[in-house]
Amino acid sequence: MVITRRTLLALLAALAAFGAQAQDRFITVASTTSTEQSGLFGYILPIFEKKTGIQVRVVALGTGQALDLARRGDADVAFVHARAAEEKFLAEGQGVRRFPVMFNDFVLIGPKGDPAKVAGGRDIVEALKKIQASQAPFVSRGDKSGTHMAELDLWKTAGIEIDKAKGAWYRDTGQGMGPALNTAASMNAYLLADRATWLAFKNRGDLAILVEGDKRLYNQYGVMLVNPDKHPTVKKDLGQAFIDWLVSPEGQKTIGDYRIGGEQLFFPNAGQAGV
Amino acid sequence: MNSVADAAGAAFGLIVVADPKLVGIVLLSLRVSVTAVLIGCVVGLPLGAAIAVNEFRGRRALIVILNSLMGLPSVVVGLVVYLLLSRAGPLGALGILFTPTAMVIAQSILITPTLAALSRQVVGDAWQEYREQLRSLGETRLGAAPTLLWDLRFSLVTIVLAGFGRAASEVGAVMIVGGNIDGVTRVMTTTIALETSKGDLPLALGLGFILLFIVLALNACAYVIKETAQRRYG
Repeated sequence: MVITRRTLLALLAALAAFGAQAQDRFITVASTTSTEQSGLFGYILPIFEKKTGIQVRVVALGTGQALDLARRGDADVAFVHARAAEEKFLAEGQGVRRFPVMFNDFVLIGPKGDPAKVAGGRDIVEALKKIQASQAPFVSRGDKSGTHMAELDLWKTAGIEIDKAKGAWYRDTGQGMGPALNTAASMNAYLLADRATWLAFKNRGDLAILVEGDKRLYNQYGVMLVNPDKHPTVKKDLGQAFIDWLVSPEGQKTIGDYRIGGEQLFFPNAGQAGV
Repeated sequence: MNSVADAAGAAFGLIVVADPKLVGIVLLSLRVSVTAVLIGCVVGLPLGAAIAVNEFRGRRALIVILNSLMGLPSVVVGLVVYLLLSRAGPLGALGILFTPTAMVIAQSILITPTLAALSRQVVGDAWQEYREQLRSLGETRLGAAPTLLWDLRFSLVTIVLAGFGRAASEVGAVMIVGGNIDGVTRVMTTTIALETSKGDLPLALGLGFILLFIVLALNACAYVIKETAQRRYG
């Protein structure tokens, strides 16, 4: 028994050494699936890494999950898109300060056949009312992501208590943006998506953008350093260097430069008040 | 079946150009899963053999538990290892969350019960058969376990391959404890999941073909080695 335990301890120590070998100049960023799956990080991070030598490791989750990861001290920086949830995070003392970085917008995606007759409208609330009234299939993220929270707010604005109105037409998938789009494509359902993920998404099937341009579809991204007073392992200087770069003129320009098929995905707006 | 043709095309394209990113992902997959299998063997095979030849209180319960753990969902293992390795968890000070090491730990935990349960069965059957013979040679129970493991080494290859297959194919555990970080913890299965999320189904399926091919090649190698060795030393 002694030998087994000693072997196990040696094994663990060897494993820890194996892990510690990795370079130290890196930060872990808890972020959202939209920034990763739209290809934004793939474009901006190599530029930042080349300039500073700081490697950025992104763990892409829904906003709710990303903030929970940061609450456990498993990330140095949180880069998400749900202002109310971010402010709650700050109020708990989990984050140092929130910096607005960029915005894009949500769009209502649906089948070209458009059974609820919402295409071409600009009023997202009217469109949701029509979908609910016609009981046309609607796919929800259902995963406490930023997009899910935005969707729930819009149902509320429409005066629909979605928990009660839920029926066979409303599918709660509990999945990321991409899988939810795959589901909607296969069942010709409506769903709310962020424009960036939609533009980068390839399995569109019969889906198209039906409603866009409503002010209420505005989608702001913010970045916060996880509070080192609460989580001593947070790499304060490296994390802050990343945040400083994101909101600097150079970082802002790099974000604005990212395009798919000529279309700009994210619009930098650091320093703007009230967002 | 246009998409299957597209997938084959995507897979072929990636192989032909030996896409450096893909090569890195494949090598990391192999490194993680092979390390996990080695650890699983060091712990699981002796454990299985020891249970097979010894009689003790609670042995049956232990066997049932081991057999059940073969069906352990990988996502549960991932969650438990995540909670252990998280900064807020008991082993958080090690700082190995979101590293290949964390993935090795998770996969080792996942496959050790499989290796132990299957080797327990194989060694146990042989023990029933050769028990008297081994005893007449003066072999004690403790000595019989390594002897049997050595004698059965060719049969155990299949068990080890089963363990490797389970490790290399799972996505739930490595996704949680590795975080699917580009260039650091991204392996074959998490890449396939990510490309599926992006809606690039041909590329995802193409990567699936490549994974299948690698597992196939490894199995073929193991088979040839086993046959050759068996003919020479068996």
